[in-house]
Amino acid sequence: MYRYDRTDQQLIDERVAQYRDQMTRHLAGELSADELRPLRLQNGLYIQRHGPMLRIAIPYGMLAAAQLRKLAEISRRYDRGIGHLTTRQNMQLNWPQFEETPEILGELASVEMHAVQTSGNCIRNITSDHFAGVAADELTDPRPYCELLRQWSTFHPEFAFLPRKFKIAVNAAAQDRAVIRAHDIGLDLVRGDDGELGFRVFVGGGLGRTPILGKLVRDFLPRRHLLSYLDAILRLYNRYGRRDNLYKARIKILVQALGIEEFGRQVEAEWSELRDGPTTVPDAEFARLAAHFAPPAWQTLPAEDPAHTALISTDKAFANWVRRCVHPHKTPGYAAVTLSLKAPGVAPGDISDVQMIAVAELAERFSFGEARVSHEQNLVLADVRQSDLHAVWQIARSQRLATANIGLLTDMICCPGGDLCSLANARSIPIAAAVNEKFDDLDYLYDIGDLSLNISGCMNSCGHHHVANIGILGVDKNDEEWYQITIGGQQGNAATIGKVIGPSFYAMEVPEVIAALIDVYVEQRTASERFIDTLQRIGIEPFKTRAYAGRDRRRTAKVEHRETEVVSA
Amino acid sequence: MPRIISNHCIVEDHWQVLTLAADETPATVTLPAAPVLLPLAVWLARRDEIIARYPQPGVWLDSDEGPEALAGDTDRFAVIAVNFPKFTDGRSYSSARLLRERYRYSGEIRAIGDVLQDQLFYMRRCGINAYALRADKDPEKALAGLTVFSDSYQAAADQPLPAFRRHATQEPA
Ligand code: SF4
Repeated sequence: MYRYDRTDQQLIDERVAQYRDQMTRHLAGELSADELRPLRLQNGLYIQRHGPMLRIAIPYGMLAAAQLRKLAEISRRYDRGIGHLTTRQNMQLNWPQFEETPEILGELASVEMHAVQTSGNCIRNITSDHFAGVAADELTDPRPYCELLRQWSTFHPEFAFLPRKFKIAVNAAAQDRAVIRAHDIGLDLVRGDDGELGFRVFVGGGLGRTPILGKLVRDFLPRRHLLSYLDAILRLYNRYGRRDNLYKARIKILVQALGIEEFGRQVEAEWSELRDGPTTVPDAEFARLAAHFAPPAWQTLPAEDPAHTALISTDKAFANWVRRCVHPHKTPGYAAVTLSLKAPGVAPGDISDVQMIAVAELAERFSFGEARVSHEQNLVLADVRQSDLHAVWQIARSQRLATANIGLLTDMICCPGGDLCSLANARSIPIAAAVNEKFDDLDYLYDIGDLSLNISGCMNSCGHHHVANIGILGVDKNDEEWYQITIGGQQGNAATIGKVIGPSFYAMEVPEVIAALIDVYVEQRTASERFIDTLQRIGIEPFKTRAYAGRDRRRTAKVEHRETEVVSA
Repeated sequence: MPRIISNHCIVEDHWQVLTLAADETPATVTLPAAPVLLPLAVWLARRDEIIARYPQPGVWLDSDEGPEALAGDTDRFAVIAVNFPKFTDGRSYSSARLLRERYRYSGEIRAIGDVLQDQLFYMRRCGINAYALRADKDPEKALAGLTVFSDSYQAAADQPLPAFRRHATQEPA
């Protein structure tokens, strides 16, 4: 993975010093709360329902074992021994002390980490495919491009005070696993006609209260122009994005107002002034960055390990885990493993300090010392030998990291919601817990098969509910928690925004409603259909009808979304 | 006399900023005796008169006014100020870069408005070289804000080459 050079380390150290000074001035009364606010946000520090929350950056999800150990130590020493992984592949600490945050950032800097631009109206953490570098369907490794963008976006002097936050994701695989069209800019690495690498550029996607998929603004951008082209987009957005209304300030609103053709024309006009300048990226720089992501020393192994095959046929629990949590690897004899952070009874995406240490050890012993965070809030060991899978499973199981539910209904993406987040309309974690209780039979979950269920506590949509097969959104009605349900959303190449099925439900009803939706699928499916396939074939109506059958809807007045300040993971 | 930061030094400053009162219009407002930073609208309405009257006029751009309106005229100005109505309004960073990098303006670009220590580094990178701090702030203390970082990744007005063109072959830390 990427290792800092002297400049990287120096800049991060200087950032810590800057932040420490800002906090000192604030505590001395020289920097008001309002003046500090954007500064602390751009260092990841929110003030939440119960106090501060610190969001630590994990650039494109990559973690070294030493970094995991440091995170474990920090969470134990400065927090309550729990970290929460987010849909931007970051980690949140929910209980740090305000005054101790400079110390935490100092600790992070010692392992080449930081919390830079994990919040605020600036360019946020770049996200990508958690199987980068090992996926068989990948054109090339996206991480060198992510790192290029990390450096370009870090302390970009022109774009630190944008109208709103700005999210960028990069995909380089045949199957998009980074939801690129749900981003302000989505980059799809492709090969041009003459074999040159470049990008299809999507712009103006985003979830939140106005969910829209990004639109194609450029069919092919040679990779050397990446930074100047993004400078052009960001400059247009910085200058002309709306600043009068927080809810209309994302770039998607500007793109909508101008229309994608006119927006694209203005980008080209601005870019024509910038292209071929010094920001043009030379091949040598791509090569330098790519060297940081050189493949580890994979051994030459048979494609199939006989002992492994034997264990699968004799050990059902292991076989189930392999089926759901082990993924193909482009190198024979290797596999990628997802460590599920979706065990029943645990808030989705939460990981304890002890588990972090365990994952660090697993990574060191079995996966070249590295792990990744997926945007689905799980951890991935990307380079495990097939012959080691059983050992990995046993250790992971002893740490409750081997719930065999990846891609199933209980592998929920779930935001912290009303238990922690001050913007929430409703709680999310208890809904996840209730769904887990209702669907506690693994065999039934396997029978239901691939299905995504995501939960957000408010319209900010940190839980990506819009792109879930079943999406649950917390809404506030007369100070009561209600939940609106959408169905038919999906991630991937066929990314779709789900449709609302009707009036919202009381918290207690949610598990039953989900069961009703699943029943329709189970009754109607053909042998090979997933939930989403059946839904697309028979339409939303039968699901809707069943969800409301026998329910008293008199309590469901029109829902008012509470106007809240907007944050998101 | 108010003090500002100019090129890393604290200096006494004599420029006034003219703003239009509710009952004034660009065409009729009384032009004070020099030196004054005029609103863009006044410059546009009375260009010839201003050129005749001031040997080296000054102008200020609000955050929603781009430097495009000054194209071709930038060299006439001793000072072009860019306003930050709120420090969280980042539009004037783009204006400053455009003035320096596209319109090749080499005179003083001054930040006015909600100008605070913790934004000075980014302002400097965008080509701003004078800073009229908000009245309640001490420019002496704010000076430190100009030198928070010793290097930068991106090309900008202060550094035409991105880091990757300057030190691509460093040793790892
Ligand atoms: S979706 Fe809403 S409730 Fe959930 S974390 Fe985001 S802002 Fe908070």
